[in-house]
Amino acid sequence: MSTHHDIAVIGAGPAGGNAALVAARAGLDVVLLDEQPVPGGQVWRGKSPSIHSAPQTPESQSGDALRQALTESAVEQLTDARVWDIRRQDDRWALQVLRNGESHEVAASALILATGAREYVQPVPGWTTPGVIGLAGATALFKQSLTLPGTRTVVSGTGPLVFYVASEIRRLGGEVAAVVTPNTRGEWARALPAMAGQPRLLGRGALWVADLMLARVPILWGHAISEVFGGNSVTGVRARRLGENDPGQEFSADSVCVGHGLIPQIEAAQMLGVHILHDPALGGWVPEVQPDGATRVDGLYLTGDGCGIRGATAAALQGVLTGARVARDMGKSTHMPSLRPWRRAAKFGRAMTALSQPRASVAALTTDETIVCRCESLRRADILAEIAIGAQSTNAVKSGRRAGMGPCGGKYCQTAIAALIAAQTGKPLSEIAPPTPRPPLRPVPLSQAAGDFDYDDLPIPKPAPL
Amino acid sequence: MIRLVPNHAPAIRRSEKVHFTFDGQSYEGHVGESLVSALTRAGHLSLRGAPVDGAPRGAFCCMGLCQECAVIVDGQVVEACRTDVSADLVVERVR
Repeated sequence: MSTHHDIAVIGAGPAGGNAALVAARAGLDVVLLDEQPVPGGQVWRGKSPSIHSAPQTPESQSGDALRQALTESAVEQLTDARVWDIRRQDDRWALQVLRNGESHEVAASALILATGAREYVQPVPGWTTPGVIGLAGATALFKQSLTLPGTRTVVSGTGPLVFYVASEIRRLGGEVAAVVTPNTRGEWARALPAMAGQPRLLGRGALWVADLMLARVPILWGHAISEVFGGNSVTGVRARRLGENDPGQEFSADSVCVGHGLIPQIEAAQMLGVHILHDPALGGWVPEVQPDGATRVDGLYLTGDGCGIRGATAAALQGVLTGARVARDMGKSTHMPSLRPWRRAAKFGRAMTALSQPRASVAALTTDETIVCRCESLRRADILAEIAIGAQSTNAVKSGRRAGMGPCGGKYCQTAIAALIAAQTGKPLSEIAPPTPRPPLRPVPLSQAAGDFDYDDLPIPKPAPL
Repeated sequence: MIRLVPNHAPAIRRSEKVHFTFDGQSYEGHVGESLVSALTRAGHLSLRGAPVDGAPRGAFCCMGLCQECAVIVDGQVVEACRTDVSADLVVERVR
């Protein structure tokens, strides 16, 4: 079964959702695919049906507005849909989509990837203990289920997300044991000029910090969690001042939220032949793409945080730009919006991403015994041993030790492994690319990937004559 | 104490509570919330053993990527963060 559309958009966050809306308004037949039950992406994630009513937040309002606009539009929405493979077939894109327990094909003339971001978490001893979740994971719990990660939570990490998560815990009635951030107050002060262009966001951040201070929540600037305690679940953490021989202080807690910056999800773009570049201020490896989403691959467009972490405001604006660009390329006369608002929002986003990036002082907290690859339980010492015998690329470590071949497909180990290779070989990070991405892009049961078939229908070539 | 961020917890209205089982034990959850949400609220965080050494693992990314919350429903491995609670749902541990 295959259905054909003018445009397929993968990812219904601020960027993908707006790109779909603009292209549909220009008269094109658009299908919008997303793995969540409702559009919104991570940042505007919708509430689950378990929430009958709850106070609004800026994120829920933006998400509701996008969801309503999509409902009122001609965009065909495929929710709960996981795209696990994409191929070029003649003049169209063929997407393999897993939905309702079945895999089917969706085809389109043009493809917009709005795949967003995932999170980097620096491995430290104990970070695999149940009760440790990512900062981004915590926001998913808050937005979808309005559920707290525990009864008393240590919130740790870089950039603005750490304060947002701490503040959301307070808003949902929870207790923040401490906020631990590698950023210093000086780093934040130096980011102020870039933040001045978005006074509303700046004001919100200031309010989160002021509220935590009024509530006497300890805020440890220039610190990181060096160890998580607990067996079957978290019992506490140790936080240390970075760059000093600090024994650290302990906090009891039943949960930890931790994250060290967002990473663009580039696997699909890479798989389809888009060149990638290393730009730490955009979250690491980013695809080569125009501001309006155009790439050098015919009929392929990229938009939003998957092109570099610039934040939700910039993503929504870039989605509009990309929708208009695709519509124009497909022969529709459409108004091309100005790049200026996107550039302003992107400046703010870049400054936040620069504050959030992984740093060597935090990486130094990973010990030899710390698990780096969660899926295969590979320790730092295992990765170093592989590098020592000659593995100089992420692909080599993957082949040698299976780091990246477990259930997560390398989504949570590759940044740390690239940093280890760089440190051991003296190469810059810009020379250590992520491993070659391969389908499936998402886990898919083999029975569903294979579909229904009769063995008799399988083409079996005639054996070669002996 | 002055709060700049209000406590919204009392203003949240949730769906009815139902029972489901995980690894043979009964838990309560709201219809339509994720299994991770319900089990986290119940304080049950360890969801599976790590594939190689069996060490305890629980929900980590909460967005369907890391596979640390894999559980079994109807004989199929699913992510607990992407599976909704329903009445009498039977959830098993991945062995």
